Amino acid sequence: MKNNETQISASTLLTVNDLCKSFGDLVVLDHFNLTLQKNQNIVVLGKSGSGKSVLIKCIIGLLKPDSGHITVFEKEITSLNSDELDKIRKSIGFLFQSNALYDSMTVRENLEFPLRRHSQKRNESEVEKMVVQALEDVGLKHTIDMMPEELSGGMRKRIALARTLILKPSIILYDEPTTGLDPITAREIIELMNTIKRKYGTSALVISHDMNCIRNAGDLIALLWDGKCHVLDTYEHLLKSEDPVVRNFFAN
Amino acid sequence: MKTGQQNTIAKTTSLLYETGIATGFAFRFFRQWFRRPFEFKEFLTQCYNVGYTSLPLIGLTGFIMGLVLTMQLRPTMLEYGVASQIPAIVGIAIIREIGPVISALIFAGKIGSSIGAELGSMKVTEQIDAMDVSGTNPFKFLVVSRVLACTLMLPVLSVISDAISLFGAFLGINIRGNTSFQLFWTEVVSSLSFNDILPAFIKTFIFGFAVGIVGCYKGYTCNKGTAGVGRSANSSVVVASVLIFIIDLLVVQVTDILGYN
Repeated sequence: MKNNETQISASTLLTVNDLCKSFGDLVVLDHFNLTLQKNQNIVVLGKSGSGKSVLIKCIIGLLKPDSGHITVFEKEITSLNSDELDKIRKSIGFLFQSNALYDSMTVRENLEFPLRRHSQKRNESEVEKMVVQALEDVGLKHTIDMMPEELSGGMRKRIALARTLILKPSIILYDEPTTGLDPITAREIIELMNTIKRKYGTSALVISHDMNCIRNAGDLIALLWDGKCHVLDTYEHLLKSEDPVVRNFFAN
Repeated sequence: MKTGQQNTIAKTTSLLYETGIATGFAFRFFRQWFRRPFEFKEFLTQCYNVGYTSLPLIGLTGFIMGLVLTMQLRPTMLEYGVASQIPAIVGIAIIREIGPVISALIFAGKIGSSIGAELGSMKVTEQIDAMDVSGTNPFKFLVVSRVLACTLMLPVLSVISDAISLFGAFLGINIRGNTSFQLFWTEVVSSLSFNDILPAFIKTFIFGFAVGIVGCYKGYTCNKGTAGVGRSANSSVVVASVLIFIIDLLVVQVTDILGYN
């Protein structure tokens, strides 16, 4: 199986071991395990409210897990201080479900923000070059001086992706990248995600329940069920699965 | 079903809990204030947003307050034959109480609500989280810069408002009377002492801090949804306005004890 071969030969970028997270009495993640290899996209599938977004927010350090380990580039995320966490975050891109573009800034300023924050030594021409390159990657160079409110939903998603890309991360965490988009724009975003993977050799963890995204953007699919990784396999294998939980998702 | 007593206990507990959290938020501001990196550019931007943009509104209300106060005072003062005391009375009232408090209330309405709504909407749309993953301490970038700007800009606005208010009072006197600006000014200045000016000036820093920290706290801890943003903008104004009066009362008591009255 092609994916298994990749798993064995490539180095591990991210491992999640026995991750647990609860909110009061509600157990969201219950000993969740996952491993992400280099140049691999894993789509995490699950019901609404099953803890998919919580998982990636724990990985990026926005939420603190109750127990368990998250290792990114061989560093334990849960034990890092804020400076060390910032350094790791340079290599992890995060595409928010709501795009999270800064309303009060132009597209240029939105893209410059992480660049200037993570390294203040870059000169103006270098920053300009990186901003233009990121916008060219998503095909929206002409929007450089526009405000986020002037952009359509699909364009905002692309700009958010450009902002994620600008620091050339090794891992990108996509939080429902196609939610709220029309089928054509959603397809364009998925193509863009695959282009980014090919061009920059990035790995990705994609949170989604869009079947088109699951089929086309993931090398492997992890099914989050009852707080655990119920199954991790290719789309083709999951389609043929007799497991009742998997059938629930892939029946149609 | 909860009884009335249980409801009161629950509400009191919730209020005390919220007060504790808000106090922790304020302490976090003092801890972060001295830590690097200093967001100087953002602080200057906020000084412009908070100070310059509020000036026309605070100036206008100050002018009207001075004018109206004088016009209302004049008939009674004439009746008692002490019209010559109007500049002194108006001067003391404006400098000691009306100028700082009215400026702070207008400031709470304009800036407190704007900060509450801005940070609330940033929270709801995950912009604060995005800042966090971009290697920025959002508390320092958003909260510290805004609270400092409010703390430093309100005293400046209050001084300008006092001056405009006194000018309004001068015009108010001259609508039906005939007093030269030099005489008016001499009367105002000679009636004021250091004890009138200093406590009034110092309390504007505290008012500014209160407006900034309440707006930031309400926005930063906003619940999800557009209704949450509306609530944080609204409660920023309400809580800050009530706090202004409470602080004013406390400052008057303290200055009285210290012998500044």
